Amino acid sequence: MTTFLTYFIVALAVIGLVQIVRIFELATKLRGEQEIGVTEKENHFNGLAMLIVGIGFVLFVAYSFKLWGYLLLPESASEHGAAIKGLWDATMYLILFVFFVTQPLLFWFSYKYRGRKGNQALYQTHNNKLEVLWTSVPAVVLTGLIVYGLNTWNSVMMPDTSKANVMEVYAQQFYWTARYAGNDNSLGEANYTLIGGVNTLGVDINDTASFDDIVVREIHLPVNQQVLMKFRSQDVIHSAYLPHFGVQMNCVPGMNTQFAFTPIKTTVEMRNELGDDEFDYVLLCNKICGAAHYNMQIKVVVETQEEYEAWLQEQETFDSLITSK
Amino acid sequence: MADHEHHHEETFITKYIFSQDHKMIAKQFLLTGMFMGVIGVIMSAFFRLQLAWPDKGFPILETFLGKWAPDGVMDPNIYLALVTIHGTIMVFFVLTAGLSGTFSNLLIPLQIGARDMASGFLNMLSYWFFFLSSLVMIISLFVESGPAAAGWTIYPPLSALPQAMPGSGLGMTLWLVSMSLFIVSALLGGLNYIVTIINLRTKGMSMTRLPLTMWAFFVTAILGVLSFPVLLSASLLLIFDRSFGTAFYLSDIMIQGEILTQTGGSPILFQHLFWFLGHPEVYIILLPALGITSEVISTNARKPIFGYRAMVGSILAIAFLSFIVWGHHMFMTGMNPFLGSVFTFTTLLIAIPSAVKVFNYLTTLWKANIQFTPAMLFSIGLVSTFISGGLTGLILGDSALDINVHDTYFVTAHFHIVMGLSAIFGMFAGVYHWFPKMYGRMMNKSLGYAHFWITFIAAYGVFYPMHFLGLAGLPRRYYSNTAFPMFDDLVEINELISVFAILGVIAQLIFFFNFFYSIFRGRKASQNPWRSNTMEWTTPVERIHGNWPGEIPTVHRWAYDYSKPGMDEDFVLQTTPLKDGEEEAH
Repeated sequence: MTTFLTYFIVALAVIGLVQIVRIFELATKLRGEQEIGVTEKENHFNGLAMLIVGIGFVLFVAYSFKLWGYLLLPESASEHGAAIKGLWDATMYLILFVFFVTQPLLFWFSYKYRGRKGNQALYQTHNNKLEVLWTSVPAVVLTGLIVYGLNTWNSVMMPDTSKANVMEVYAQQFYWTARYAGNDNSLGEANYTLIGGVNTLGVDINDTASFDDIVVREIHLPVNQQVLMKFRSQDVIHSAYLPHFGVQMNCVPGMNTQFAFTPIKTTVEMRNELGDDEFDYVLLCNKICGAAHYNMQIKVVVETQEEYEAWLQEQETFDSLITSK
Repeated sequence: MADHEHHHEETFITKYIFSQDHKMIAKQFLLTGMFMGVIGVIMSAFFRLQLAWPDKGFPILETFLGKWAPDGVMDPNIYLALVTIHGTIMVFFVLTAGLSGTFSNLLIPLQIGARDMASGFLNMLSYWFFFLSSLVMIISLFVESGPAAAGWTIYPPLSALPQAMPGSGLGMTLWLVSMSLFIVSALLGGLNYIVTIINLRTKGMSMTRLPLTMWAFFVTAILGVLSFPVLLSASLLLIFDRSFGTAFYLSDIMIQGEILTQTGGSPILFQHLFWFLGHPEVYIILLPALGITSEVISTNARKPIFGYRAMVGSILAIAFLSFIVWGHHMFMTGMNPFLGSVFTFTTLLIAIPSAVKVFNYLTTLWKANIQFTPAMLFSIGLVSTFISGGLTGLILGDSALDINVHDTYFVTAHFHIVMGLSAIFGMFAGVYHWFPKMYGRMMNKSLGYAHFWITFIAAYGVFYPMHFLGLAGLPRRYYSNTAFPMFDDLVEINELISVFAILGVIAQLIFFFNFFYSIFRGRKASQNPWRSNTMEWTTPVERIHGNWPGEIPTVHRWAYDYSKPGMDEDFVLQTTPLKDGEEEAH
């Protein structure tokens, strides 16, 4: 019954609306505004609205950085974060400059040059000087930005990793596993066909480098020490995203990927900085991977070298894991 | 095409269903696109409900989604399916077929002075392939295991393995079938547009006298013809991997405890193939919108478009560059950093022709005499969103900065503004502007104004705050962000976005009402209601088969002689001969 009533009311509303619009249209006709074009009143209204809404929007954008600034990620907790921040700021200033020049111009012109009776638009087809100017200025600015960007990209993606701690982050629906290389700083070979029982990552038990590997469900990193994270995936593409460190890399089945970075703030320091005792770094999945994609995460702890070594000591090595079972 | 005055009688079926008349086919594209648009937009309203109020049940969700939303709370699988199908429908069915299909068909013969498309039959086929494709896509929404859900980019292995998610079962197969049909349609249409523009221009219509809409549609068609086949091959290979045990995209996989036998393929190969279409696709969507606005802005500014040749040049430059930037979608795939550098370089170059376009639009408005028709409002809206969304591209296109915002809501905000909003605004501008050419009646102006202002405010209300979600590190395609304490602060913004989204959806009712009301009851249009220069306004209001009752008129000038000094009116039709001593300036 209620469904029927709803349909009935909707139908009535539509019929009512049709009639109202019809009346307006007939009234316009009666008033003799047979001119189909836009009336001076309408031009004035819309021009003014352009000015008010447009400038309102631009002002809100300026204000939003204050209003929502607290939502942004805190300053990067990794060494390369500073280099990226320099590039980020330069790009942001450029973007905001262009935004705050072009948008107000657009809305101002819309208002200023709204149609009025007896007005004549300027007949102006082109101006080569102007066009050369605003092709070459963006070209020069972008060249600078590109060079700056590429330098930053190369420094972030291709650092010297000869002294880095090697570890592996392994992805599968819908969780992460970490594997530490142990004392030899070398990960044992692994292959998906070897997965079985406690050997959840398919590590090769015949590879001597695997004996001291450590498989865990939490990532610990010593502060100020470079880590080389290697990524593998078991099933579909995942993406290891560490927002606080400015680190992201896809984990692709059948392919090895990696990312090297140096954390510079311990969890404790970050907690103090944010005034949040509960804060923890996290590595989360950033590539759609199935139903529980939204909850695929692993805790990341950054600590001092001593704390890190103490923690590592407590963990079971791969060979003892295999032999004990 | 000698004599068009006594062609054989049209039956209902040849006139309205299997029509070969480009004007009717355009309307078929538009109506089908609008129908698909309703589905796509309603889906977005549904998942906005979920994102803002993840713990609440909404009875309406259970009504529409049934077993996928018990007690009105959405299942994660259907959430992913909704975002997937929303993206697919909006990108392909609405903004490719609905926008380009409608206006290329309607305007190409009319603006270049041709009786019809080069091949009316292929044109008809193009629509019916699109129709079939839409039908299959709609059917896929009703299969037991749910529609495709791997994201509109359908990256394998997720999309290749039914074990990975329910949506990768029959739903995915139908998705691939639907897309293959869609590509056939796009290719038939595109070839036709290219051939028509090259061969069927009327006397005097040189390439440099083509209106910018024509340039945009022409280049768009070339982009489509060159890039869609690559997606077709990508889809076919994926069909092979899914159904026939091949391993183009699969290697070293163990899923649900089962070790798969496929080895040697690469999931990244699919991404290369997909984005080789996928990036030009962005411009297949955007260029027609920019073409439409160039025309609408010039007409309603009563001023020549500023820098016609620069505008054509920037269309060509954007189109060329669009083929060599696809890798910027893949900076984080682990590809060689050097390759990333190359794609950063080419991507940022696109900002130059884009900037030229923006400056030229601004200069066109300078010292104009703007007539605020609804079409003009949407066109100015497009310039605004094109600037806002284009600028954030400088961040995403720069590989070093992309590391931290890749696949976050920052991306969602960026492409919805620069591509989604700009293109949809261009489409609305086109509908309001050429409605009289399609139906011989005018749309209601006041409703148009209400539609624009609510839509414009709601659109920015949805997508501007979304940047902040991304800068907070929130990944896209998360069913809910309650699993992370670091995202707890984002609840308010999510609610704000959803309120604006629902407002924006409701505002579209005004448009739909206006559209259907005006078809039957709108004021009768005059021959040239916007006092425009282009050739479509020299055809009779009755919209006859063959377009012009007698000879096709000859073109004597470019399309933008608005407010030319020494003329009787502030517009001069392209078919008006030059006066003695008058110079054709552009």
